[in-house]
Amino acid sequence: MNFELSKEQLMIKKMVKDFAENVIQPRAIEIDKEAKFPIDIFDQLGELGILGIPFPEEYGGSGGDTLSYALAVEEIGSVCGSTGLSYAAAVSLGASPIYYFGTEKQKKAFLTPLAQGKALGSFGLTEPNAGSDAGGTKTTAKLEGDEYIINGEKCFITNASFAKTLIVTAVTGKNEKGKNIISAIIVPTDTKGVKITSNYDKMGVRGSDTAEIVLDQVRVPKENLLGDPEKGFKQFLYTLDGGRISIAALGVGIAQASLEKALNYAKERKQFGQSISNFQSIQFKLADMAMEVELSRNMVHKAAWLKDNDKPFSKEAAYAKLFASETASRAANQAIQIHGGYGYMREYEVERYLRDAKLLEIGEGTSEIQRLVIARQLGC
Amino acid sequence: MNIYVLLKKTFDTEEKINVSHGQIEDDGAEFIINPYDEYAVEEAINQRDEHGGEVTVVTIGDEDSEKQLRTALAMGADKAVLINTEDDLESGDQYTTAKILEAFFEDKEADLILAGNVAIDEASGQVGPRLAEALGIPYVTTITSLKIDGEVVNIEKDVEGDVEIIETSLPVLVTCQQGLNEPRYPSLPGIMKAKKKPLEELEIDDLDLDEDDVEPKTKTIDIFLPPEKEAGRVLEGELNEQVVELVSLLKNESKVL
Ligand SMILES: Cc1cc2nc3c(=O)[nH]c(=O)nc-3n(C[C@H](O)[C@H](O)[C@H](O)COP(=O)(O)OP(=O)(O)OC[C@H]3O[C@@H](n4cnc5c(N)ncnc54)[C@H](O)[C@@H]3O)c2cc1C
Ligand SMILES: Cc1cc2nc3c(=O)[nH]c(=O)nc-3n(C[C@H](O)[C@H](O)[C@H](O)COP(=O)(O)OP(=O)(O)OC[C@H]3O[C@@H](n4cnc5c(N)ncnc54)[C@H](O)[C@@H]3O)c2cc1C
Repeated sequence: MNFELSKEQLMIKKMVKDFAENVIQPRAIEIDKEAKFPIDIFDQLGELGILGIPFPEEYGGSGGDTLSYALAVEEIGSVCGSTGLSYAAAVSLGASPIYYFGTEKQKKAFLTPLAQGKALGSFGLTEPNAGSDAGGTKTTAKLEGDEYIINGEKCFITNASFAKTLIVTAVTGKNEKGKNIISAIIVPTDTKGVKITSNYDKMGVRGSDTAEIVLDQVRVPKENLLGDPEKGFKQFLYTLDGGRISIAALGVGIAQASLEKALNYAKERKQFGQSISNFQSIQFKLADMAMEVELSRNMVHKAAWLKDNDKPFSKEAAYAKLFASETASRAANQAIQIHGGYGYMREYEVERYLRDAKLLEIGEGTSEIQRLVIARQLGC
Repeated sequence: MNIYVLLKKTFDTEEKINVSHGQIEDDGAEFIINPYDEYAVEEAINQRDEHGGEVTVVTIGDEDSEKQLRTALAMGADKAVLINTEDDLESGDQYTTAKILEAFFEDKEADLILAGNVAIDEASGQVGPRLAEALGIPYVTTITSLKIDGEVVNIEKDVEGDVEIIETSLPVLVTCQQGLNEPRYPSLPGIMKAKKKPLEELEIDDLDLDEDDVEPKTKTIDIFLPPEKEAGRVLEGELNEQVVELVSLLKNESKVL
């Protein structure tokens, strides 16, 4: 057993932390308030190689591991949930499936610009009538000659308005039992018939782009099919398992930020002639927050380590995602409480943490779905 | 061009520092590259990119200093040298450091040596000038601009807010001041590549020095934190009365008048 990060992991953590504090933090309130996607920050993340952490150099990546990537998500998430979510989605959902399942040609053509940080990718799974129940996908892709013709509608898709490529799931046929076969297909966003609009007015992660996609007679070459045509469903379950580690890391970041803000405030704020950190009720809140942050972080690191060592990590990723996202909401909520009336004000940032944290209990599988995944792993 | 950077690991003075028994506690302190040395690394990389050659970062420290050296390599330096004094020296001062560096540079043909203006921990600003003296090369401290054209070196030096313009020649040692450049973040590919760049580890023995040769010339009697800043006081009343009270306080209470 060894709980120490490697030198590279420490350096990556420090570099991303410095960047997050110097470049993103000063704009976090504005990003939330104006609900404007900070595309220029993504250009810089790309130049620094942060968007390519878990991909090999031959595809334009940085050659880091999942753990380094999780550290980066945590650091970015601890200053800005919006940037953190868009970062996590770009890497885990937009780019990773191409790395996991793509052919050599697809990786060269589609993964490289994403890993180099020259473009963003999106993953379109959710539909108006297929959220938790992704098997209920209605979007269809019909093979006609050398092309798929795709029709359907996707909702709540992160980064889509700024993406160069979409990976969309669609029904491509039926198996011998008559069940829908769901496949994943790479669709460049400039293809005719792709319409992307982002009109959502969100509670949190307001600076993260979230869009609706309408696919109307969209034609893509048949070699854009990603991975095994029969195993599209399994593939995106694997993709989501990986993505959950990053959502969990984002939760750790928000929870850590909540703890730090609350602790500093409690030491400074005086009521009844003393610092409120002298009151046991405040101390207990802080103690619980600190403990849960550390437990979440340990679970994230373990899940990432399992993945990096090619061991099964599905259950651990679900533990991490479930616990860290609920920890983030609890910690942010308590941070507001400790700040009293000030915590309710945007300027003190902790109210934003709560609004941002709430998404983590919904996106990439709700907390209920995490419990289902865990129960299934238990053999229920 | 053979470019060398003198780099020091320091604790982060923006983080909490604990002192016990006249020593700064290492546990829990955050260690960073001395910020002024970051300007030196950045400048070295820029000069190399413009004129060609190689950047070597040199530090005197302990095993943990490797992290700061790797960071400099990740920023773009080519080679690193760690002179590890952990097992040989109990203590050291600026004399010790300059003496060790002098021995290190004895057989090197350095065209340009860059150091930080001061290290933020002890803030003596002496190591660079002492080394230049020992090597018999010119030096300019607190530089904010460096232009090299052949052997001719044009420098702008910060003198308490004013600028002094200096012309000198290679080889030269300079110490870097804020404003010289904007140090880059080490990029991710840079961090991964740094792992494979050469990092040589030396002990003072390898430089034909013993402990006696580098014995410090100074003794640190005590280290303590500055007193905590107390809350300010707002004077009240008529302006005249306030002035009278202020003068009396400055005289009698804080005894600065
Ligand atoms: C900001 C944001 C960004 C997003 N980004 C993306 C993206 O990039 N790509 C993408 O494809 N999707 C994305 N989503 C969609 C997200 O993954 C879905 O919202 C989520 O999976 C839940 O689906 P739903 O909203 O349809 O809720 P529903 O599935 O309708 O769930 C409603 C409630 O029912 C519960 N529930 C559902 N089924 C069960 C069950 N079997 N047992 C117990 N409880 C159940 C849920 O837990 C939830 O509490 C994003 C969503 C948001 C808000
Ligand atoms: C939207 C809004 C509307 C408001 N409207 C009004 C109004 O109309 N009129 C008005 O007068 N005020 C109003 N307030 C102020 C509100 O009543 C105060 O914010 C509230 O009483 C808490 O005080 P505080 O913000 O100074 O927090 P603090 O008193 O500083 O509390 C900070 C934290 O310390 C805890 N704490 C404090 N003392 C102790 C203790 N002894 N033991 C244990 N824990 C302790 C608190 O519970 C809290 O968690 C409003 C506030 C808001 C946000």
